Amino acid sequence: MIAQNIGFWIIAVLMVVSALRVVTTNNVVHAALWLVVVLAGAAGQYILLAAEFVAITQVLVYIGAVMVLFLFGTMLTRARIGAESDLNNSYKKLGIPVGLVMLVAMGLALTRSFGDEKLPESAKVVSTQEVSDQIFGPYLLPFWALSFVLLAAVVGAIVLARKD
Amino acid sequence: MFVNQFLFLAAVLFCIGVYGVIARKNAVLMLMSIELILNSVNINLLTFAMRNGSTDGHTFALYIIAVAAAEVGVGLGLVLLVYRNKKTISVDELSEMRG
Repeated sequence: MIAQNIGFWIIAVLMVVSALRVVTTNNVVHAALWLVVVLAGAAGQYILLAAEFVAITQVLVYIGAVMVLFLFGTMLTRARIGAESDLNNSYKKLGIPVGLVMLVAMGLALTRSFGDEKLPESAKVVSTQEVSDQIFGPYLLPFWALSFVLLAAVVGAIVLARKD
Repeated sequence: MFVNQFLFLAAVLFCIGVYGVIARKNAVLMLMSIELILNSVNINLLTFAMRNGSTDGHTFALYIIAVAAAEVGVGLGLVLLVYRNKKTISVDELSEMRG
């Protein structure tokens, strides 16, 4: 448990610092690369939470596919790759109090609801077989709906981005 | 490990993402902030899955990952279209619908 705790805090600090860099850096490509650190850290947290299949999916889908999409989007919409000064809008000062108020509200709610409650010590790793039994068993209908969502998204993205 | 340490991490990431959506003008960076928010929700779902000893949270997390992939695809398609028509992806300059 101690080793897991140390791992958690290292990854958590790394994730928070990288997330702050994502929303504050002046370079879109750097933001994308910091986002990779956050997503990889999230995969590490999923492994700590005994969710190996979700962690692998996170690495494959987010770091593999979504980041490539982001980098392509950056390349196709902007000529230059360097730092820019006009990435933030005039509401930047409004964002800080909004974020802080939400954080305080959520922190109070979490402290009051869960306090010192601990996660079960002997939780076993959820195997891929259990997850697939869930998806293709009780959650089959949402899975079908999700397939249609993905199909519609693919067709929609092609229709939107195509030059006619 | 406490339940709260994971939930606090998710809350911090969520708030950073909300700040990014509010403060950023570049549409691609706004989409990146939305990814931060979706990831914090996934951490929450998996924490509660471990707390309750069920696998439902894993299924929901996988569905969120799939929906996020679809969202990024369509979102970047929209951004490309806006860029092609307006030569900018700054959301402040898309003000045709202002009354």
